[in-house]
Amino acid sequence: MASSSHTDAGALPVARPRYIPNLAHLRFAPTVAGLCLLLIVLMAIFAPLIAPHDPIAMLPAQRLKPPSDTFLLGTDAYGRDLLSRLIYGARISLIVGLGVMVIAIAVGLPLGLLSGYFRTLDAILMRIMDGLMAIPSVLLAIAVVSLSGSSLLTVMIAITIPEVPRVVRLVRSVVLSARNEPYVEAAIAMGTRLPALLARHLMPNTYAPLIVQGTYICASAILTEAILSFLGAGIGTETPSWGNMISEGRMYFQLKPSLIFWPGVLLSICILSVNLIGDAARDLLDPRLKKRTGA
Amino acid sequence: MLAYTLRRILAAIPVMGVVALFVFLLLRLTPGDPAAIIAGDTATPAQLEAIRTSLGLDKPIPVQFATWIGQLAQGDLGTSLISKTPVTTLIGQRLGPTLSLALITMVLSILIAVPMGVLAAWKHGTLIDSLVMALCVLGFSVPVFVIGYLLIQVFAIQLRWFPVQGFSSIVNGLGPFSQRATLPAFTLASIYVALIARMTRASLLDVLGEDYIRTARAKGVAERKVLFRHALRNCAVPILTVIGTGFALLISGVVVTESVFNIPGLGRLIVDAVLARDYPVIQGLILLTSGIYVLINLLVDLSYSLLDPRIRY
Repeated sequence: MASSSHTDAGALPVARPRYIPNLAHLRFAPTVAGLCLLLIVLMAIFAPLIAPHDPIAMLPAQRLKPPSDTFLLGTDAYGRDLLSRLIYGARISLIVGLGVMVIAIAVGLPLGLLSGYFRTLDAILMRIMDGLMAIPSVLLAIAVVSLSGSSLLTVMIAITIPEVPRVVRLVRSVVLSARNEPYVEAAIAMGTRLPALLARHLMPNTYAPLIVQGTYICASAILTEAILSFLGAGIGTETPSWGNMISEGRMYFQLKPSLIFWPGVLLSICILSVNLIGDAARDLLDPRLKKRTGA
Repeated sequence: MLAYTLRRILAAIPVMGVVALFVFLLLRLTPGDPAAIIAGDTATPAQLEAIRTSLGLDKPIPVQFATWIGQLAQGDLGTSLISKTPVTTLIGQRLGPTLSLALITMVLSILIAVPMGVLAAWKHGTLIDSLVMALCVLGFSVPVFVIGYLLIQVFAIQLRWFPVQGFSSIVNGLGPFSQRATLPAFTLASIYVALIARMTRASLLDVLGEDYIRTARAKGVAERKVLFRHALRNCAVPILTVIGTGFALLISGVVVTESVFNIPGLGRLIVDAVLARDYPVIQGLILLTSGIYVLINLLVDLSYSLLDPRIRY
């Protein structure tokens, strides 16, 4: 601490607050991230209007063409327009990111509330969650998809399963620390019924950390979907997704790197933006959380 | 300490039990006939019957589970539906590349990440700190395969320093091995480095605020010594913990990295198994990796009191 106050805190040896926003000079980071994400969302919503070509129309005569006036970024191995596929690919990433976030919280929040409140249930539920967390998430998702087929819904469920324990643990820890607060004890003493106690007195404590955790889940889901598609265990290849495009582009990588480059760039920007927004939300909503997650 | 060790080992058993039960039920609770799902659309009734018998699907579910657990206890992970080889044999054939890659990545990550985290904490609030943190966010956000192809493009295709793909076992000499393992290791290290560097920085910042650090400085201990001898040593526990929990990330990364670099390891084994719907192999690999994860975290837990004498059980 002293070293940093020597260098930039001026004459007074006042210890600077330990957890000032770490990207202090990069305050613009969340703003830029928000703008990027907004662009991607708009791109996904208005894909049919923006995309110059049909993303799944194959033109065998136009295979692997370099960028031209007709095909701004060129075409892939099936003669499909790369730009149009990139634009449509945003849809899958966003749907999966948001969908997994919503399902994981919808399942994890009630389980976490109950687990934090009932000791016996807690013991059982936490063992189950420990078990689920021990399975590497990509492997778990691969197993689910390989068994249930590769529809958008199964991919989302497959990605959600490993995320649920993280939500449950987070909610549980918040409930455990809140249930000894005097206001909760007062509510219990007043005879508040359990559903009201959980929903009105305990649940609101979880909102801030859940918003933060939710953005991280969203980013991780987008990443996992891309990994699944890349490995050939994602949604069917007829739907353009950034992961699918990279997977198909692998064969022609040395011939035409842009087939992998562009979806990779968009994927990275998208995940990065969501992560940065999560960091900003964390700094804003819960400075203590920052300490625990170690950033 | 002995009692604690025993308690921790006992606590690992239900975790593995849940993993086993989950893997077991996944196949049985999937809507539809699991044999038909595994066999695909073109299977004949005879093939379906063969799959049912080989997986024991023709018996009641509790019996199936008991038989399966019994086999597991004897180290039998079942037989591949495609190659008809025992899963343990398949894993044995592919273990080498994955193990060497994972170990190198771990060492590499720690060597890069810990100094990075120390530097960021030491120069807290400066541009260096922001830069390290930005690199960490990048490491979390850029997918492993994007990093892999980027490294291939720059270092293998343009600079021609390394071969594009492939793998050479360490038994065939250190030269070819390091030639081919460098890019995969750096690829795989990206996310691990981000994880460890972030934790190092955060816990070091925590420790640097402690009273004994102020005392050390007050009695004139050199800054370098304060940082490494007094502060960093006390961060060993959180750093080791994140290395343990990060192992799950490493496994996911291995699967992807091996596909990018065409390395014949466990990751490729599972990808091939997925494409061929070879469920016994998928099942075996999940059990194996989860088991290693539980074991690593058990060892991490047990090492706490060695690293930090203040922790006593």
